[in-house]
Amino acid sequence: MQFINRKKRLVPNPKTELYAQPLQFYGQPPLENISLSEFESFAVDRLKLLKTVENLGVSYVKHSEQYSKKMEAEFKTLNFPYRTEDGAEKRRKDHISHFILRLAYCQTEDLRRWFIQQEVDLFRYRFNDLTSKQKLDFLHKNNLQYNTISVQEKNQLKEKLLNSSYIVSGVTLENEDFYKVPFQDALDLVRARKVYLKDGYAFIPHNDIVTIVLNDFRTRLSKALALTARSLPAVHSDERLQPLLNHLSHSYLGQDYSIQKNVGKISLEQIDSLAGKSFPLCMRQLHQALRENHHLRHGGRMQYGLFLKGIGLSLEQALQFWRMEFIRGKVDADKFDKAYAYGIRHMFGKEGKRADYTPYSCMKVILSNPPGQGDYHEKLTPPLPELLKQKLQFYKVSPSGVNQILELVKGMHYQLACQKYFELTHNVSSDCDSAFSLSHPNQYFIESQKVLGGGKEMKRETDTSQRSQENPATRGSSAAPDPEVIESQHLAEMTENLETFFEDA
Amino acid sequence: MPSDYDPACLPDLLPLYYRRLFPFAQYYRWLSYGGVQKNYFQNREFSFTLKDDIYVRYQSFSTQSELEKEMQKMNPYKIDIGAVYSHRPSQHNTVKSGSFQALEKELVFDIDMTDYDDVRSCCSAADICSKCWTLMTIAIRILDRALREDFGFQHLLWVYSGRRGVHCWVCDEAARKLSAAARSAVAEYLSLIKGGEEMVKKVILTDPIHPFIRESLGVVKQYFPQYALHDQDILGRKESVDKILALVPEDVRRELQQLFQNERRPEQRWSQIKDQAKKKQATAKKGQHFEKEIMLQYCYPRLDVNVSKGVNHLLKSPFSVHPKTGRISVPMELKDLDKFDPFAVPTISLICEELDRPKADDEDKKSGDTKEKENENGVTEKRKNRDYKRTSLAKYVKCFDQFLDGMAQSWKGELLRKSDLQKEF
Ligand SMILES: [Zn+2]
Repeated sequence: MQFINRKKRLVPNPKTELYAQPLQFYGQPPLENISLSEFESFAVDRLKLLKTVENLGVSYVKHSEQYSKKMEAEFKTLNFPYRTEDGAEKRRKDHISHFILRLAYCQTEDLRRWFIQQEVDLFRYRFNDLTSKQKLDFLHKNNLQYNTISVQEKNQLKEKLLNSSYIVSGVTLENEDFYKVPFQDALDLVRARKVYLKDGYAFIPHNDIVTIVLNDFRTRLSKALALTARSLPAVHSDERLQPLLNHLSHSYLGQDYSIQKNVGKISLEQIDSLAGKSFPLCMRQLHQALRENHHLRHGGRMQYGLFLKGIGLSLEQALQFWRMEFIRGKVDADKFDKAYAYGIRHMFGKEGKRADYTPYSCMKVILSNPPGQGDYHEKLTPPLPELLKQKLQFYKVSPSGVNQILELVKGMHYQLACQKYFELTHNVSSDCDSAFSLSHPNQYFIESQKVLGGGKEMKRETDTSQRSQENPATRGSSAAPDPEVIESQHLAEMTENLETFFEDA
Repeated sequence: MPSDYDPACLPDLLPLYYRRLFPFAQYYRWLSYGGVQKNYFQNREFSFTLKDDIYVRYQSFSTQSELEKEMQKMNPYKIDIGAVYSHRPSQHNTVKSGSFQALEKELVFDIDMTDYDDVRSCCSAADICSKCWTLMTIAIRILDRALREDFGFQHLLWVYSGRRGVHCWVCDEAARKLSAAARSAVAEYLSLIKGGEEMVKKVILTDPIHPFIRESLGVVKQYFPQYALHDQDILGRKESVDKILALVPEDVRRELQQLFQNERRPEQRWSQIKDQAKKKQATAKKGQHFEKEIMLQYCYPRLDVNVSKGVNHLLKSPFSVHPKTGRISVPMELKDLDKFDPFAVPTISLICEELDRPKADDEDKKSGDTKEKENENGVTEKRKNRDYKRTSLAKYVKCFDQFLDGMAQSWKGELLRKSDLQKEF
């Protein structure tokens, strides 16, 4: 355990320099020494904040009034800098806590992905909250120079620019700057066809500049985490830091549904009825498609197979289940054993790399399956409002419920739509904060079974609003230990030089 | 003439094809990409489908001659090309797990006629005819334009799959380096048809109509009257008329049903639909693009996004033989796209037969012969070169050559840039 100050640096009043802006790009690691207790409390607070970002992101429409309100409240509760009124102290906390979590969350691909996603969402919220003057200042201070197009070019492309975005109108075009960036830097806008493309460049109106800045932020953070991961041996050799960091990273990723707790508790005969009662819509659709076509494509098999594994099917049951269904179609038993059994054993980690796969979370389902044609393995396939409507009616969802779900789908809030479907089919209401924030198909199943299992869980319904406000960080991850526990562990006071861990970053 | 192919003969024909006809030199030239990046060819995955559907993945070869020897030994029924990996795919088992990764691949598109079954009345499933082939022509025109003009790619290789579809290989360096997220974003940008079989209305346009959609509509408009109104007769028979009317708003539908009772000519009926759309657009605040939506639903390319988005997704190789039809998967010349006839693409039996025909007594051949005597080592190579030239495969190989020459220009630039960089150090 060594914290040697390898270099002494001359820093011209770093705080005023670093903390002059309400928002930063985290380009520079903290240069000061901090006590271990501060280290710890900063880390725990930022985790709470990020967990809130995650929960709000699935419970509310991003940037809706409610979302912003809750976000603001959380900033104040946890003492993070909100808007401009807050001074250097809180900005320092923002800065240092971000870097501590980089240490904890650089360790695996999954941790990095989770951390980046939450930090990006957090950054988007804060950036959008800036005034346009502050935004320009931010770009300037961080040396973010994006090429703008000339007035001539703008006039030349006027028609096309106007037709490429909803947010540009004839009036604003005159005064609006357009940035020209490689299309790879604006994938979200490209994907949704919300930007004009020419010769490999995207022409982004100033109003959408957050897209480029976020892309930049994401790229830098991802690179920095990779670099930090390399300096990890130094962290690992530190007896005091290492357990703390491990604890932090394990506590907050949400539940791991790959750990099979209910193996063998479900019989194959139950699946049809469970699909009707307790499967989220995406899985119900996959199940139905499988029963109808006696086949699913690879993506669908992975998704549904892992889900079934998560609800408790054993490997033997899974093999039996898939074989029975496939041989009803065009596949004979021999071909099944040759071509498909491998994949199923693979899911259970018995073949190939022997990786025990975790069932896909909603995030992964949505991210890895952007809507396409003719696919079953999708979460509330977005472009299918009519088909979805028919399905929901068939599932006996009330007309007003159908409309509510369709509205959410239209706005691409698939997780919310799914949650609504849960509420409607389980007769629970969301007037108070809903009992859980849906983030995983297996979580849906578990919650459904709880509700259907009897009054005990129904009662929980009423207390949760209170509980979730008290401690949003632990919601949805029952396995996570209470952060207060970590905080109360007494660790010796000592000084740290954080910077040593980020020397390459 | 080319319909003489008999799948039972394939095992006899393949050895001849791989020994004397397959354009190995061009193939190797393509996948080496000028040697700009080290081990680009060596780390490329090939997979072979052998007799009785035996599927062998993770093949890789260190040289052109190794590839040749292996293909001549295995005589694959089908060849697929995969990604360029971090290590040699043939050694993927010896690499520490997790470090064997797909790094690069061409951006590819796969368009298959079976995905159009709900909008063609001439054939279904794996069948194609000259009428529905127009759909492939339209698809190529639309995608080729967008990939070049919108995305700035230049080196696009369009290939007939040998049966019922086409593939596109975007070979620009920037395309080969795209992340999976970028690939799926490009594919999404290019996808307009949404929803599976059960979905009635598969295209819904909202204002403003994106320039990409306008451009695509421009292409569709050139083909629509002849293809849709005439060849497919979409406004002729009652069932097909009903399918079209299901795509317009209810009040318009009623009005059109009235009008159609006194009008049977498809062009006139189409004009009536357009008139209705114009009327609607004049009164409604926005939307109401049903005539455009119909055109797109019936003609716009249907992409398999999953094929395009994966870096490690395999796609059938050019110059592979289609085992069912015997046709060679050949590069397509876009200049003559409208004249491309899938049924005129040579089968393996045809070109093997052409080899046996008496040689034409031309200058080219004579000079070739003398050179052959001069250099013993070059014999096999030269004979092979001349061999395919005597068959109907020649013009497709020539097209491939031209494509490669175009790419060579950018390799040269890239190599120059690299050597300049080295000098600086
Ligand atoms: Zn046809």
